[in-house]
Amino acid sequence: MSVDQATVRRIAHLARIAVTEDEVPHLQGELNAILDFVAQLDEVDVAGVEPMTSVTPMAMKKRVDEVTDGFYADRVTANAPASDDHFFIVPKVVE
Amino acid sequence: MMNATVDPKKLIKGATGDWEVVIGMEIHAQVTSKSKLFSGASTDFGGDQNSHVSLVDAAMPGMLPVINEECVRQAVRTGLGLEAEIHLRSVFDRKNYFYPDLPQGYQISQYKYPIVGEGKVIVDLVDGSQITVGIERLHLEQDAGKSLHDQHPTMSYVDLNRSGVALMEIVSKPDLRSAEEARAYVTKLRTIMRYLGTCDGNMDEGSLRADVNVSVRRPGEPLGTRCEIKNVNSIRFIGQAVDTEARRQIAIIEDGGTIDQETRLFDPAKGETRSMRSKEEAHDYRYFPDPDLLPLEFDQAFVDELKSHLPELPDAKKARFMADYSLPAYDAGVLVAERVQADYFEAVAKGRDGKTAANWVINELFGRLNKEGKDVTTSPVSADQLGAIVDLISNGTISGKMAKDLFEIVFTEGGDPLQIVEQRGMKQVTDTGAIEAAVDAVLAANPDKAEQAKTKPGMLGWFVGQVMKETGGKANPQSVSDLLKAKIGLE
Repeated sequence: MSVDQATVRRIAHLARIAVTEDEVPHLQGELNAILDFVAQLDEVDVAGVEPMTSVTPMAMKKRVDEVTDGFYADRVTANAPASDDHFFIVPKVVE
Repeated sequence: MMNATVDPKKLIKGATGDWEVVIGMEIHAQVTSKSKLFSGASTDFGGDQNSHVSLVDAAMPGMLPVINEECVRQAVRTGLGLEAEIHLRSVFDRKNYFYPDLPQGYQISQYKYPIVGEGKVIVDLVDGSQITVGIERLHLEQDAGKSLHDQHPTMSYVDLNRSGVALMEIVSKPDLRSAEEARAYVTKLRTIMRYLGTCDGNMDEGSLRADVNVSVRRPGEPLGTRCEIKNVNSIRFIGQAVDTEARRQIAIIEDGGTIDQETRLFDPAKGETRSMRSKEEAHDYRYFPDPDLLPLEFDQAFVDELKSHLPELPDAKKARFMADYSLPAYDAGVLVAERVQADYFEAVAKGRDGKTAANWVINELFGRLNKEGKDVTTSPVSADQLGAIVDLISNGTISGKMAKDLFEIVFTEGGDPLQIVEQRGMKQVTDTGAIEAAVDAVLAANPDKAEQAKTKPGMLGWFVGQVMKETGGKANPQSVSDLLKAKIGLE
């Protein structure tokens, strides 16, 4: 598996990462190196093997339905680049 | 197979012939729970902006999701209510997209392995017929936050209170064939979830939203290209959106065009649907299993335990009302549409004639409540009071006409029906002596008419009216009529 330059631009756009045209060939090389490295796993025959989700058998952790968190809008919006009256403010997005 | 035959009544007439509309729906139903799917923040509607938000919901680095076990139970209960397959193992995935009201940059959802699989819903239509709508799946996922676009000329305001609230996405098979069927399906789904207590169905607060997939085809032909109408938030608008979109597609195809598969938005004010996302922005969600969450697993005993505590559901209740109280399907359907209505009816009907009780609940009470903009939960007449009125009719104390007056008094002033009847002298006169005296008086005052009545039985009605007037409306009309006939010598 390998990616072309169009795929590199597309992935960057989906992740909203600004990538200049000069950077594309370099990133293409890096991504393909990573994919080639991982592709070594294809040599293992895993037919009939269940995907492993945990090294030790563990049950998913669950919580009871109680309100135990929140009510600190100050903290939630403290790092926002822009906020007003506890709202986050972002450039206008209208569909 | 269900819906295999085409019902000509449901076809839409185009310029070049008939068209069949095919509809499938994705319903987003907010799970009834105190806290969110993966955090302990409150789900209450209408809190101050960003007050019902934890650091998990705000996607602060390093925060980990922990599932709310009640949301899992609610999803299983809903699945059982849809007679669906429950999957003892399901997996949460990340659905990646970029939007300001989604701070994580992905929605935690279920993709390949949903918690609930195939099921079905039986839907009643206005003409009394039924259709079975297949359920494809139900999965748990997070809701997004809310963007406000009208607070500032160039900026949007974001409130994350809804971010992370648990939703059930319920996907139907493309089994619906008209706007009416689409409306009836959502109504039924809402009723089932309200019975189960798994979603409050409050569409004004966004607890129930529908994405409607619409395509058209010539009857018998393969499925056409579909368009998805996003986020329709009322049952009436769902019907309007289906009709509007079907006509738009028919017009395009009849003009020689083709339908582009796309996402559209229904604008109720303009009565049109319009394209929402351009094609080059087509979404690529890059689903993958969420590494922060192990697979969701439970055993059959967990499911059986939930099943054993399910309430009686609307279909079963309707069948029981028809069997136990001899109600027609329509009346039973009206009563079971809301659980509180059905409970009210049963309290009135208990130990009484079911048909009379249903008649009073549906025609008198619901009619009157409707006029006042009230419902059963705010009814000024309790089930006990209405039951007492029904008793007074069945034991002959009051006539049907008097009962309506009594009902009006109880509705507007309150009080014990039996006491009102006694205090206001509303009792029907069943004492034959008193009725006989009134009959004799009327006959004596109108000897000519009494003579004519012997050959013209049609005049009897006039005499009954006179006697009723004489007794202040309290006489039993049947007794009056019988006595008159005997005295005049008819029959």
